[in-house]
Amino acid sequence: MLRVENLTKRFEGLVAVHELNFNVTQGEILAIIGPNGAGKSTVFNLITGTLKPSSGRIFLEDQNITGLKPYQIASRGLSRTFQTTSLFDQLRVIDNMLIGYKYRTQLGFWNTLFHTPRWRAHQKEAFERAMETLNFLGLAQKSEQFVPALSQEEQKRLAIGIALVSKPKILLLDEPTGGLIQEETDRVTDLIRKIRDQGTTVCVIEHKMQMIMGLVDRIVVLNYGEKIAEGSPAEVKSDQTVIRAYLGEEVDA
Amino acid sequence: MELFLQQVFNGIMFGSTYAIVALGLTLVMGILNIPNFAHGHLYMLGGYLLFFFAITLGLGYWAGLVMAVIAMAVVGMIMERIVYRPLNEQPHINAFIAAVGSLLFLESFAMVVWGAQGLRVENPYPQMIDFMGVTMSVQRLLVIIGAIVLILGLHFFMKKTIAGATIEAVAQNREGAMLTGINVNRVSSMTFAISAATAAVAASLISPIFMLSPAMGAILGMKAFIIVILGGMGSIPGAIVGGYLLGLIEALGGGYISADYKDVFAFGALILILAIKPTGLFGKGEV
Amino acid sequence: MFTKPIHTKLLYIVIFVAALLLPWYVPDAYIFQVVITSVIFGIAASGMNLILGYTGQATLAHGAFFGIGAYGVAIMTEAGISFWLALPAAALISAAVGLVVGVLTLRTKGAYFAIVTLCFGVIAWIVAGNWIELTGGHNGIYGLGDPTPIPFPFFGPIEFTTQTSMYFLSLAALLVVLFALYRLVYSVFGLSLMAVRNNEPLADAVGINTFATKVISFVAGNFIAGIAGGIYAIMMASVSPSATSYLLTFNFLIFVILGGMATLPGPVFGAFAIPVLMEFLQFLQDYRHLIFGALLIAVIIYFPQGFVGGLRRLNQKIAARRKQKTSES
Repeated sequence: MLRVENLTKRFEGLVAVHELNFNVTQGEILAIIGPNGAGKSTVFNLITGTLKPSSGRIFLEDQNITGLKPYQIASRGLSRTFQTTSLFDQLRVIDNMLIGYKYRTQLGFWNTLFHTPRWRAHQKEAFERAMETLNFLGLAQKSEQFVPALSQEEQKRLAIGIALVSKPKILLLDEPTGGLIQEETDRVTDLIRKIRDQGTTVCVIEHKMQMIMGLVDRIVVLNYGEKIAEGSPAEVKSDQTVIRAYLGEEVDA
Repeated sequence: MELFLQQVFNGIMFGSTYAIVALGLTLVMGILNIPNFAHGHLYMLGGYLLFFFAITLGLGYWAGLVMAVIAMAVVGMIMERIVYRPLNEQPHINAFIAAVGSLLFLESFAMVVWGAQGLRVENPYPQMIDFMGVTMSVQRLLVIIGAIVLILGLHFFMKKTIAGATIEAVAQNREGAMLTGINVNRVSSMTFAISAATAAVAASLISPIFMLSPAMGAILGMKAFIIVILGGMGSIPGAIVGGYLLGLIEALGGGYISADYKDVFAFGALILILAIKPTGLFGKGEV
Repeated sequence: MFTKPIHTKLLYIVIFVAALLLPWYVPDAYIFQVVITSVIFGIAASGMNLILGYTGQATLAHGAFFGIGAYGVAIMTEAGISFWLALPAAALISAAVGLVVGVLTLRTKGAYFAIVTLCFGVIAWIVAGNWIELTGGHNGIYGLGDPTPIPFPFFGPIEFTTQTSMYFLSLAALLVVLFALYRLVYSVFGLSLMAVRNNEPLADAVGINTFATKVISFVAGNFIAGIAGGIYAIMMASVSPSATSYLLTFNFLIFVILGGMATLPGPVFGAFAIPVLMEFLQFLQDYRHLIFGALLIAVIIYFPQGFVGGLRRLNQKIAARRKQKTSES
């Protein structure tokens, strides 16, 4: 599904990501973990086109997407969320969803101006898909509310929803439960599992080990921008290099 | 050759004004990330305040200059407090609009108080000096020397005093400076005071040579912006070099390109440069 | 999905009828002229609102594009081209120049964009004042004829010689522009403009080509400015460099902000209320910009949503309270 080959990123002499290789296969949940500053978010930014890699290539379903702009990559079916919850906070919940669906209704100016039949069809489709996704997220009741009126967990859900509404092939989640308490974390974890069960491949960056262990199929461990381990949760948990890298941090907390 | 030297002299004189005004603007933009569109108008107000203190109150040129500079420092602090500080947390676009509001306010303030027609501050040093075939009035020489003194003074202030060091710290890293306990609001206020005061110095030095008019700030303000954007936001050397360079280009180019379209070339060049490099020649980030 | 409460709809109908009947109760020709100018400025301000309010790009070149429309119509009608052809042509020229300027400048962000567009505005103003062969220099172009009558079955041709006809021409243009903006803004397309304004990185990440979106909005807004400028030229029967001046841009900005950014009625309201208010406060004429400058600052700090935005917020509060009451009882 997603293949990363020899990915390297240097910032003014500092190597943030070094010769990274990994695969995300169809239908799995893959976690990228690692201590703070290991380069996890940088990897996401490289995959989604926010940053340009210094070298290496990225393939989405065997198509080379290296060097494409973020909106081009997004419209090829790769969606993402951001580490700090990123929403259109001046708008309503439903508007956020419609914007998330925008690239599917790539009918710009003229169709909108003249309300062409195609536009009508797409507009209807967009509303239906937006409401469908809101139902899935459990936010249908809040669709008319403005974003700041939502709780933190609801905002996290909405952020996932914006990425999900366009039916992506693969979803990249950057710390989807960051800042949430245990109960909320469990609910969001369930949501991610549900998303996968509906057929969307998921790649997640996370800190919370317990959540990862119960959720994901495979783990890639980064340290100082390099992959130090890869495998099932059980394998990674007993890997000596990983334990050393996390020195002191409880791996199976 | 003599004509050339004369033009170089004039270019350096104009460049001195540009450099000082751009200096004040770059400080404010670098530190507060606020594009003070009204900066040229602060310069204009500085000129009128010199007129007020020196001529209307009869304090004489030098006392008038000192008073104008002090008064403008206060104006700068008031502006920061009333106009920009409340907009700190709001979308950037609101700060631009507030800046346009201040610009309109200052220009019509001068219009209402001093009238639309030009005013002249009598030249305290009309004597002429002849040097290597270049005639220069003492006042023009004073502009150049004054600018050098001001630039050196500011450099000393930034590098050798604690107040200057805090300004630099905030300019480089606002969040970091806040964490180390620097009172960012006080720094903002101080920066605005310095910025407005330096604009007043520039206006005071040059107003005995040119007429004062309420509209004189607009174009100068835009040129200062061009210098700051090209020289790098917050960069003091960039502002100084850019200021003198623009003065020289204008003075020397004035003879070769049409005087009417002179500003068109400067502004057009800016548009093209930003089209190629949207963050400016030495730009680090965005506002 | 995007419906309005019933009393707002009623208010719009009342305003519409009042606008249709205006020529029959307007006190004198001078006030009528002020009103027509307001309609035209309302068109221009609405165009600026698309760029500034909805897309969040602080353009300060709007006066220049208004001027391009005005000069376009003036030059073309002088050359013997019918006004009805010259107006769309001039608006298209405005849009085309907007496309070039937009592509060159819209990669810059925030303050840089504002200053670069201001630079373009000043360039247009200087060119208008100095390209004597084309623009007539500082004197401008004057003595433009009236638009040619439109042949109309049954009623005979519609003449455009009176103020009333000019008023209806401007009003029709305003309504068409507002209708078009209404369609654009209240749609997924409009949401993508607001997405760019609100959170550009996220808009990018969900697949919106943010640069293209900004360019489209900029071009459309400048097309509208061109229409307004063209009607202004034919109404004044003349054009001068002041029609491209950055002071005009600042006036549009005042209308947009005080009326209400990112609301459709806001800029139109601003374009009416402010000049009409000034007519009643003649003794304040000298202090005009002094007051507006201060007002602009106060409004952007304390009521950034402007007059119409403020009303809207009030409306929402009332609606919320009503909802609460019904759910309690």
